[in-house]
Amino acid sequence: MPVQLKTLIPLFAVFIILFLVARHFLIPDSFGKYGHYRADAIDEIAALPINYAGKAVCVDCHDVEGEKLASDMHATLNCELCHGPNAKHADDYEIKEFLIKDGSREFCGRCHSLNPARKIEVISQIDIKEHHPEKEKCIDCHNPHAVTELTE
Amino acid sequence: MNSTRRNFIKKSAALAGTILATSALEPFTAIIFAAGEPDDPTKPWYGIGIDIEKCIGCGMCAKACKLENNVSQEPFYFRSWVEQYTIKNDGTIHVESPNGGIDGFKQTVPEEEIYKTFFVPKMCNHCAKSPCTQVCPVGATFESPEGIALVDEKYCMGCSYCIQACPYGCRYLHPEKKTADKCTLCYHRITKGLEPACMEICPTHARIYGDLNDSEGELYKFLKEHNCQVLKPHLNTGSKLSYNGLSSEVR
Amino acid sequence: MEHLYDILKHVDGYIYPNEIALQWGILIVLYPYITGLVAGAFILASLERVFKVKVLRPTYHLALLTALAFLLVAGLPLISHLGHPTRAYEILMTPHFSSAMAIFGFVYLWYLMAVLLLEIWFDYRRDIVIWSQQSTGIKRILYKILTLGVTDISPKALEWDEKLGYIITVIGVPSAFLLHGYVGFIFGSIKANPWWSTVMMPVIFLLSAMVSGIALVMFMYMVISRIRKVKIDMPALDEIGKFLFLVLILDFTLESLDQVHRIYEAEESFEILHLLVTGKLTYTLLIFQGLMGTVIPLLILGFFRISLPKEKIRKPLYFLASSLVLFGVFFMRWNVVIGGQLFSKSFLGFTSFKLGMVGLEGFWMALFWMILPFLILSFLLWLLPPWKKQLE
Repeated sequence: MPVQLKTLIPLFAVFIILFLVARHFLIPDSFGKYGHYRADAIDEIAALPINYAGKAVCVDCHDVEGEKLASDMHATLNCELCHGPNAKHADDYEIKEFLIKDGSREFCGRCHSLNPARKIEVISQIDIKEHHPEKEKCIDCHNPHAVTELTE
Repeated sequence: MNSTRRNFIKKSAALAGTILATSALEPFTAIIFAAGEPDDPTKPWYGIGIDIEKCIGCGMCAKACKLENNVSQEPFYFRSWVEQYTIKNDGTIHVESPNGGIDGFKQTVPEEEIYKTFFVPKMCNHCAKSPCTQVCPVGATFESPEGIALVDEKYCMGCSYCIQACPYGCRYLHPEKKTADKCTLCYHRITKGLEPACMEICPTHARIYGDLNDSEGELYKFLKEHNCQVLKPHLNTGSKLSYNGLSSEVR
Repeated sequence: MEHLYDILKHVDGYIYPNEIALQWGILIVLYPYITGLVAGAFILASLERVFKVKVLRPTYHLALLTALAFLLVAGLPLISHLGHPTRAYEILMTPHFSSAMAIFGFVYLWYLMAVLLLEIWFDYRRDIVIWSQQSTGIKRILYKILTLGVTDISPKALEWDEKLGYIITVIGVPSAFLLHGYVGFIFGSIKANPWWSTVMMPVIFLLSAMVSGIALVMFMYMVISRIRKVKIDMPALDEIGKFLFLVLILDFTLESLDQVHRIYEAEESFEILHLLVTGKLTYTLLIFQGLMGTVIPLLILGFFRISLPKEKIRKPLYFLASSLVLFGVFFMRWNVVIGGQLFSKSFLGFTSFKLGMVGLEGFWMALFWMILPFLILSFLLWLLPPWKKQLE
């Protein structure tokens, strides 16, 4: 064997062994369990915090509003659509920083303002500037939980 | 019979026989789109359905997504967004997505110029043959056993290759974490029996998700009853997001 | 974040909201440029060793050391660009083999250690042993380490140096192709991006790499000869010029073929790409890469094929041609990397890119990465001077 290889081959062997040892320590334990990824990541993602509670949770306490809502055109809507993400409030009643109570033209206009891209069969639309300009907010006349009940 | 002719016949017969035999092994099936099943048959195989006819462009889906998943409110990072397509009378296509549609839409094109206009909600397609998970050099992004494309933020090194590979523009680099980020189909919600935030909040029920293999499920019926399309089918990504009412201009 | 608001103002048409920021900037332009120089310089050196093009001998060692200097720097812009540079080791630990990028760690290691370092070691070993006995101080220590304890310089041992070096060079040629070819594949395999997605991409990258490497050796040889105040071996320079001309023609032909094919088929993406080339990439593609980086050098080198003017005229023209080629190939990388991210995958608009001056992804940093190899090369030339080698 040439003298060069007598040194080089052991040298490369050492490198490879060091590499294999490093692999043992550096590759995360759960890697490869389901596929080429760290399986623990799935549980970590599943454990992320929730911010929207969902209607069932709201109506558990706010049953009066829930019943009212069910009687009218907004029945299929989720409470948090208008009131904001409130899972934290559902856990602790005192937390109200995420609660939204808006009834302005801009707010309701998000869905109801006239737009040619909206189908009228899907949603009723009005010109939010022209419609009863003497009133300030939509909720001055329309109860959002029972929209056809107009206050006069 | 001379030997060359005999050889020819022998060879042709052998060839024909092989073709016949192998064709009996597996009948030819053309798998064009998102066929697929989870490796574990007890798990669901999630897909998504969006009904363009029902979308009113309120933008609450995009807003709820950011609030649910603590995504930066800056107008540069979106897991889900809404586009408004306006095809004008002169044939030109105008598309806009102001802040991803989060603040809703105002009509910008004068009504008399409009030929047709509609909203297109966008989100991760959770492709069955996703090009994004294919290109990750270290295994930090992957398809979960249920068919959801997820990112392991502890392992991602932020090379952005997956962001380049997604044909639909669904990924971005998280400005603080410096890892790739994207829609997770609210994995943390659906594993608790809740709906993804965007679908929970949509006022017209334009966005649904479900188990593609559940014949009793809403998504299965949605796909059956509507003529659905996926985005960029020619790229063969196995997109599991089917749109009803997708007009040919949409990219 | 500020700069993103600026870019938002310059968005032209419609882009997907996430497309506003370019993910890959100048550092990613630099990486293929640098590895291209490495591959090209190495292949030029191999021409002498394996294909016995003896007239290139004066540039052989310079080409090898240049390749090494650039290779040592090549990975650095790449790692510094990562969101988490400290996780870069993952590419060696859990490479995802469906990703072309996963090959990076191993190809880089293989090429660096197994090929380039070994080839230089086999070639210089005799001199290192002799220098380790003759020199003093720190140089003596460095040489002693570099001998790796193999101090036998008997004729038999030297014969083995020659044989093993030859084998390594032969293995090295396809390895050099792989080192740079895979970069082309990284872009060429992205079906989401029609500017990148072409079968020709690895080939184009490789050919332009060879072009840039050959031009670099030509350039370095002239500069170093000037610094050392020695005469330039004109036959060697002419031969390099000949190879540069041939490879440049091949490169130009294939790049043009790619574009012609794109124009002819006029697929869905054609309109936006046409706007890209005639708009945002007018200067960098048509003028810098095309006219200055390709056509003018082709005219100069092509003219030499027909009639060779006096040495006094050839020398500055070679210098000009090699500089222009180096300039042009940099912009080829720019046009691919940056160009591919300027247009939206909706095919309906463009975002914009401004190279910052400061910061990890800024101009000064990029300049530093380009200057560093030359500093390393000066060190290598001080440690392993080709002109002080024992005469054969």
